[in-house]
Amino acid sequence: MKQSNTELNTDGGTLPGGIAIRPTPGKPAAPRALRRLRQFASECWRDRMSYLFLAPFLLAFSCFVLIPVFMAALLSVTTFNGFAFPKFIGVNNFIALLTQDIIFMKYTLPNTFKFAIIVGPGGYILSFIFAWLIHQLPKGLRDYFTLALYAPSMAGGVALSVIWISTFSGDRVGYLNNILLNFGIIESPQLWLQDPKYLMTIMIIVTLWSSMGVGFLAMLGGLQTVNTELYEAGRIDGIKNRLQEVYYITIPSMKPQMLFSAVMAIVGTLKAGLISKQLTGLPITPGYSGHLITNHIDDYAFLRYEWGYASAVSVVLLLISFLIMRFCYRLFAAKEGE
Amino acid sequence: MGNTATERINTSTEPLPNSKRMASRLWRWRKHASWFQVTLIVFLTAIGLFMLLPIIFLFNNAFKPLNELFLFPPTIWVKEPTMRNFERLFLHSAAGVVPFTRYLFNSVIVVALTLFSVIMASTMAGYVLAKHRFHFKTLIMSLIMLSLMFAPETVSIPRYIMVSGLGMTNTYFAHVLPFIASPVAVFLMKQFIDQVPDALIEAAKLDGAGDMYIFTRIIIPLIAPAVATISIITFQAVYLDMEGSTLYTQKETMKTLAYYVSSLTANLQNSVAGQSIAAACALLMFIPNLIMFLLFQRKMIQTMLHSGVK
Repeated sequence: MKQSNTELNTDGGTLPGGIAIRPTPGKPAAPRALRRLRQFASECWRDRMSYLFLAPFLLAFSCFVLIPVFMAALLSVTTFNGFAFPKFIGVNNFIALLTQDIIFMKYTLPNTFKFAIIVGPGGYILSFIFAWLIHQLPKGLRDYFTLALYAPSMAGGVALSVIWISTFSGDRVGYLNNILLNFGIIESPQLWLQDPKYLMTIMIIVTLWSSMGVGFLAMLGGLQTVNTELYEAGRIDGIKNRLQEVYYITIPSMKPQMLFSAVMAIVGTLKAGLISKQLTGLPITPGYSGHLITNHIDDYAFLRYEWGYASAVSVVLLLISFLIMRFCYRLFAAKEGE
Repeated sequence: MGNTATERINTSTEPLPNSKRMASRLWRWRKHASWFQVTLIVFLTAIGLFMLLPIIFLFNNAFKPLNELFLFPPTIWVKEPTMRNFERLFLHSAAGVVPFTRYLFNSVIVVALTLFSVIMASTMAGYVLAKHRFHFKTLIMSLIMLSLMFAPETVSIPRYIMVSGLGMTNTYFAHVLPFIASPVAVFLMKQFIDQVPDALIEAAKLDGAGDMYIFTRIIIPLIAPAVATISIITFQAVYLDMEGSTLYTQKETMKTLAYYVSSLTANLQNSVAGQSIAAACALLMFIPNLIMFLLFQRKMIQTMLHSGVK
C-alpha cells in the first residue's frame, strides 16, 4: 500500500485507469463512473496528508465563517426571535428593509455611505501617501516613522475610548474645548460627542487616525519590492518628476500589495462600524447621527431580538462589501502577460 | 561613537526622540541630502507627532494622580507621577466577586492558546496550499480569497448560534476556536511559503523525507518572519476581543481582561472616579500590543513584501 502511494505521488495525477476502460466500449456508463469515483477516492487518499494538514483550519473556517454566512442567508428569509423556531417569510425582510425601515433609509444608509466613502478610500489613499513618503526617507529613519503611524491602530477598545473621550470631553477640561476656548474660536464648551452635528466628523477623524494598520504595512512592503532599475529606465524614457514616477512605475509595480491593502481597508471600514459605541458609550447614538449599518444590525440583533431581520441587513452588508471587493479586483487585477 | 549607540537605544524605546540630539543628527545627515528629503522629514515628523500625541497622552494619563486628571487647564505631561491608578485598579477588583487576577489569568490562557493554535493551523494550511497539489485546492483558495474581507461582526448572530450549538459556551474553546478561522493568517502564510524554493523540498523528498519532516525541519525554520507577523495580528485581535466575553460566555469567571476593563470604564463620559482606573486600564491594554510590534516590526514588513494578491 505504501509502495503504491509513493509511486502515485511521483507521477502526480495522471490517469492510470484510463487505458483499461477503452477495450470495453460496449459497457454502459455506470462502471465507468464508478471507476472515476474510485480513482477520485484513491487520489484523495493519496493526498490525505494535504487534507490532514488543512483540517484544523478548514474545520474552524467552516464552523465560524462558511456556515455562519450560509446561516445568515437562510435566516434572512425568516422571522426569528432566538427562542421559537424560525418561520419562513420569503423576501419580506428585504422588502421591509427597503420600504418600511425609515431609520435605515433616513439615517443608516446616508451615514454609512458618508463614513465608508471617506474612511475607506480616504484612509486607503492616506496610507499610500504616508507609506510612499516614508519610503523616500533613508533606511535608518523609516522605522521610527512607521512606528509613529502604526501605533494608533494598536489602540483599540478601552485605550481608544479613554484617549478620545477626554479629548472631546464636553466640559472645559476637555482638550479640544480648552484649546478652542483659548483661541477664542468657540465661546462656550461644546458637547462634541453628544451633539449630532459633530459626532460623524469625530468618528471619521478617529477612524482615520487609527487606519494605518496592516494595509499600510503591506504598502510599505510593496514599495520595497519595486525594482529600482525601473526608475532609471523611466528617467531615460522621459519621466520628469516624482508624481509621474509614482503613477507610471510605482503603482503598477506594486498592484498586488495595493489590492491586498484595499481588501484590508474594506475590512477595516466594516469593523470600524462600532466606533460610535466606543465614543459615546451608547448603542444608539444621539439622533442616530453616528448610526451605521453595523449598529443597525446590532440594534435589531441584541436589543430587539429580531434575528431574521438583522440577518437580512447583514446579508445586504456582505453583498455590498463583496461588490466593492470585486470592483477593487477589477481596478488592480494584473494585466494579461504580467 | 558611544554617544550614537545610546542615542539609538533612546530613540528605539521612546518613539519621541530627544529633539536636540535628533536635530544634530539630522544636521550631520543633511550634508548629503536634498531639500526634498529635509522638508519631507520635517513634514513627517509633524504628522508623526500628531499621530503620537494621543498615545503620549495615554502614557501620561495612567500615571496622573486624580487631581491632575481634572486639572484646569488640562495638561498632557504628568507632574507628579504615581502608581496609585494601578493600585486602585487591582484593589477595586479585589473587592469584587471575581478577582482581577482571574480575568488576567483568562486573558493569558486565551492569548497563549490562540496564538499557538492560529500559528499551527495557518502554517500547516499555508504549507499545503503553497506546495501541494490536490483536488479542491483552487476551491479552497478562492474561498480564502473571498473571505479576506470577512468581518466577524457582520454575522455575529449565526456565529453565536454555532458556538452555542457546538456546546462551547462558557469554555475557553469559545474564545479560541473562532480565531483559528483567520483567512488573513493563512493567506499571508501561503504567500510567504510560496517563496521557499521548490528545489529544497524536492531534494528533501529524494532523501526520503516525509511531509511531517519537511514541514517541521524545512518550512518552520524558514518562515519565522511570517510567524511573527501572524502573532502580531492575532495578538491584537485576541487581546482586545470582546465578542468572546460578551456573546459566548455568561459566567463571569470565564471572561477576559478586555471585557473586564471595558465594564469598569463603561459610562466613562459621566463617571469621575472611573477616570483614574480607566487611564490605567487603557495603558494596560495598549502596552502588550506595542511591545509585540516593537519586537517584530522589521519582520512584519518583510512578510508584507509577499502580501500581494495576484
